[in-house]
Amino acid sequence: MPKTLAEKVYDAHVVRSAAGEPDLLYIDLHLVHEVTSPQAFDGLRAAGRRVRRPDLTMATEDHNVPTLEVLKPIADPVSRAQVEALRRNAAEFGIRLAPMGDRDQGIVHVIGPQLGLTQPGLTIVCGDSHTSTHGAFGALAFGIGTSEVEHVLATQTLPQYRPKQMAVTVEGELPEGVSSKDVILAVIAKIGTNGAAGHVIEYRGSAIEALSMEARMTICNMSIEAGARAGMIAPDETTFAYLQGRPHAPQGADWDAAVAYWRTLRTDEGAVFDTEVVIDATELSPFVTWGTNPGQGLPLTERVPDPADLADDNERRAAEQALAYMGLTPGTPLREIEVDTVFLGSCTNGRIEDLRTAAELLRGKRIDANTRMLVVPGSIGVKAQAEAEGLDRVFTEAGAEWRGAGCSMCLGMNPDQLKPGERSASTSNRNFQGRQGKGGRTHLVSPSVAAATALTGRLTAPADLAETVLATRPTTPTGV
Amino acid sequence: MDAFTTHTGTAAPLRRSAVDTDQIIPAEYLKRITRTGFEDGLFVAWRTNEPDFVLNQPQYADATVLVAGPDFGTGSSREHACWALLDGGFRVVISSRFADIFKNNSTKSGLLTVVLPQADVEALWQAVEADPTTPVTVDLQARTVTYGDTTVPFEVDEYTRWRLLEGLDDVGLTERHLADIETFEAQRPSWLPRALPALPA
Repeated sequence: MPKTLAEKVYDAHVVRSAAGEPDLLYIDLHLVHEVTSPQAFDGLRAAGRRVRRPDLTMATEDHNVPTLEVLKPIADPVSRAQVEALRRNAAEFGIRLAPMGDRDQGIVHVIGPQLGLTQPGLTIVCGDSHTSTHGAFGALAFGIGTSEVEHVLATQTLPQYRPKQMAVTVEGELPEGVSSKDVILAVIAKIGTNGAAGHVIEYRGSAIEALSMEARMTICNMSIEAGARAGMIAPDETTFAYLQGRPHAPQGADWDAAVAYWRTLRTDEGAVFDTEVVIDATELSPFVTWGTNPGQGLPLTERVPDPADLADDNERRAAEQALAYMGLTPGTPLREIEVDTVFLGSCTNGRIEDLRTAAELLRGKRIDANTRMLVVPGSIGVKAQAEAEGLDRVFTEAGAEWRGAGCSMCLGMNPDQLKPGERSASTSNRNFQGRQGKGGRTHLVSPSVAAATALTGRLTAPADLAETVLATRPTTPTGV
Repeated sequence: MDAFTTHTGTAAPLRRSAVDTDQIIPAEYLKRITRTGFEDGLFVAWRTNEPDFVLNQPQYADATVLVAGPDFGTGSSREHACWALLDGGFRVVISSRFADIFKNNSTKSGLLTVVLPQADVEALWQAVEADPTTPVTVDLQARTVTYGDTTVPFEVDEYTRWRLLEGLDDVGLTERHLADIETFEAQRPSWLPRALPALPA
């Protein structure tokens, strides 16, 4: 019977299947961070259990880590205690840890691919909903809770029910200045913040195939914002080229064997999807969220919507509540919304290509005098590469702050937070109430919109920037 | 985890859709390394900033059943959201649709999530708004929600129901299949990645 990509990877990991019970799925790679793991390790200790496969487990410090003075002990005692608990647990249970300052440290979803641990066909879990990022390689990767973290540590397996299958097909060429972030924001706006519940999404079509690995990761990362269990993209030459030569990628004959297997990881002709969504890439434009969930987004050329136009009671009430929190008036052009802070970073858009894209727009310019811009690389590796390319100087010369690596203002568990009432344009993944700091207001954008917004101090697409520059350019006398 | 068979209590009507886990408990409360004591973070922003928020109303202060709008528990995978609801006195959440990870976490921590059609949720909202003292009984054995003269059935898969009724822990159940896990591991290709030892870049 023809199978989808997700079904192939799922079926290859079923340890045990019995009628009336969930399948027992083997987990190839378990990523661990400090926030969702301490109670799981306590559970192991209480039951006298060990970590079954330390060699398939990798830990890092990311959520709590400060992005300033990263080599000093963490000032916040509660954050410090949580990070220290991870260090103790990693040492006690024999797990590899990339601590603050280590060359491999970074956001868990940035370092997996960077190290070559993330590979096609794997099952990957982490106590973190953005584990869906790793699906960009054709892995079945999903977020789990702390009880499940304990279960995987103890058994290297998880009880699972077979997910439904959704195809999101994006055909055509993306217009200039439109990125994969805009694609996924458009997808979520179309299907809703929990519209893919119960499904694994496979992203396919010519627009997806044309994307780099980093752009694919941005899309898969936000699958959870549409409620999906996971998001996947079939591995291809772009995937293999990205992986080859990375520290944990197979080598020599192993590489050939791996690639031969990886080439089989494509949805078969005739495989059935439970749900199909089609997007025309050529009609997309830079997207921005106006509300308090990632599904409340619109093209930047639009206006703040009027809740009165919504027929459904729940949707109308949700829009009213969102606009009240966001301090927005229906009918306001989105491009007139002024921001206080621009955040460039996170597991969604904290990779080298994201930094390059933003730096190109900022090179030789100054950001708006009333706007703060934080640039937080996704990992120490990304930071080092950006510095080798001189991007750090582009950012600092433009007036932005160049910080250490971590989750930072995506969720404000470290000191990088919005103040009450402050408004951000953020390349992260969630615009929930208070997500970036108590009372903070978040507009989700792409890296290029973030950079353009930093230059003007209001939500701006890169194309608008060209118009602004043209409009203000002094007239050159002719015929001299 | 505590077993769940049947529960009777009063209910709080939370007329909001897409309640994300950042609202149930914000990230700053996740720095703790304990498994209990999260009640102070439960809906803390709404409890602090909105005087008429449902849980600030004295008639709903002792509610043990939360009746929420559609798409409850979206966003972060934090199981702390379930722990905070349990610590805050809730045993059951009713909604027309839950986010997958939240629902999954709830079944591991002994918080019962009940899916009812939105029309039934609406009727229940109206009943508990008209009389906040209305007892609501959620019977996992019979798979029914009962209040006043109304009884509505709900669906729950048999395996999850059995686990919750018995209060069973998944790890112990899986360890009975250790031989299957060992057999599976023996046939995994040797080129699959290992995090140990750390390899140079």
